[in-house]
Amino acid sequence: MSARLSFHEELEKLHQNLLKMGTMVEEAIHLSVKSLAERNEDLALQVIHHDDEIDGLYLDLEKECFRLIALQQPMAGDLRRIATVLKVVTDLERMADHAVSIAKATVRLKNEQYVKPLIDIPKMAGLAQSMVRDALKAYIDQDLPKCYQIGKEDHQVDALYKEIYNELIGIMQEKPETVNQGTQFLFVAHYLERIGDHATNLAEWVIYLVTGKLEELND
Amino acid sequence: MDSLQKNGLITEELNVYYGTNHAVKDINLTFPKHTVSALIGPSGCGKSTYLRSLNRMNDLVEGTRVTGKIWFEGHDINDQGEDLQQLRRRIGMVWQKPNPFFKSVYENVAFAPRYHGMKNLDEIVESCLRKAALWDEVKDRLKDSALALSGGQQQRLCIARTLALGPSVLLLDEPTSALDPISTAKIEELMFDLKKDYTIIMVTHNMQQAARISDQTAFFLLGELIEVDQTKRLFTNPKQKKTEDYITGRFG
Repeated sequence: MSARLSFHEELEKLHQNLLKMGTMVEEAIHLSVKSLAERNEDLALQVIHHDDEIDGLYLDLEKECFRLIALQQPMAGDLRRIATVLKVVTDLERMADHAVSIAKATVRLKNEQYVKPLIDIPKMAGLAQSMVRDALKAYIDQDLPKCYQIGKEDHQVDALYKEIYNELIGIMQEKPETVNQGTQFLFVAHYLERIGDHATNLAEWVIYLVTGKLEELND
Repeated sequence: MDSLQKNGLITEELNVYYGTNHAVKDINLTFPKHTVSALIGPSGCGKSTYLRSLNRMNDLVEGTRVTGKIWFEGHDINDQGEDLQQLRRRIGMVWQKPNPFFKSVYENVAFAPRYHGMKNLDEIVESCLRKAALWDEVKDRLKDSALALSGGQQQRLCIARTLALGPSVLLLDEPTSALDPISTAKIEELMFDLKKDYTIIMVTHNMQQAARISDQTAFFLLGELIEVDQTKRLFTNPKQKKTEDYITGRFG
């Protein structure tokens, strides 16, 4: 039975690497928003450069999933675990790309005075980040109630996005010279909204992992 | 029984005893027409014993007792009055190792129909060999010994031989375990074609095979039916932990 044991060890390794990637992505989101709020270009560049490492881990995890499917022909719970990793890494990779886009906004705005202090965007970022963190925790603990909670939090993120959107449009209409900056912030808010959606996808995959059922949390 | 209209075979509370050994316990299973059902489980779990009881082959094993009902074509074939010869024409069996008669390819298929006084033997032979996806490979060698065929061809010949008796249910006991992957693929493809006309029940040790070709899968353990479900569900999300442990190899 040693071959099988090592298969399960490999599954455990897959699990650990996914958590490693998740932690890196969570950190990237955190730092990108911090760079924007603090107007810290160095921090932004750090996020941008760090993305290669996340992409590398993403490809490794994907390859590992395909290898295990081809060589081990996983069934039932093993199959669902690998399918979940395969889907989750895609969501994580997209989130990291959004973090990079936010960091790029920091770089573009480095010479601009912000029209108003950033309040709602960091608030939205905090919510999106905690959704990502909770989704990873829910994955580790296979915690279904937490998954449904994440679905609800996504509605809050969406509501904040709408508020920020309307506010920024108002500011830009009033002061056309803020259009460049306003557009950048609009993009940032949009990236955060997308990060919330990906975190919700993560929660959906955890539900699949545990129950075998595919559900839409954000209807 | 209405359900017999759409179901090829149903067992109710089927038990098989070898002397004092209770080998198969209270099995309730329904085999819908035009589907492939796979019976899986570790060696000694009773799946082959169960399969053999479906056309009363266990009657031939001394000390065997079978209780319960087997509904087929409107009546219980486990009844004492059942005409076994007729029954085994309608429920055919194909074994693990190909066992053609020591005769020509043609005679292997024609033997039983001739015995039963059927006419048009040439037509029967051709049509059964075609149904068994063997005709093109053997049409020029009908007079050759069946033993000159490859293992995979011999197994398809055995299937053709079974079809010659006009069955509606085919029982297969690990029909590909003695075959190479290409012959296995041919048999699997054949089962997929044959289910249009027959109810197929197959014992297999190969879970990938069960997953590939069956519509429903039943998992046996220590003589009990642990779980039966649509194959796609059983292999992605089994309900019973014992099933999960077996199909993911965490068993024992």
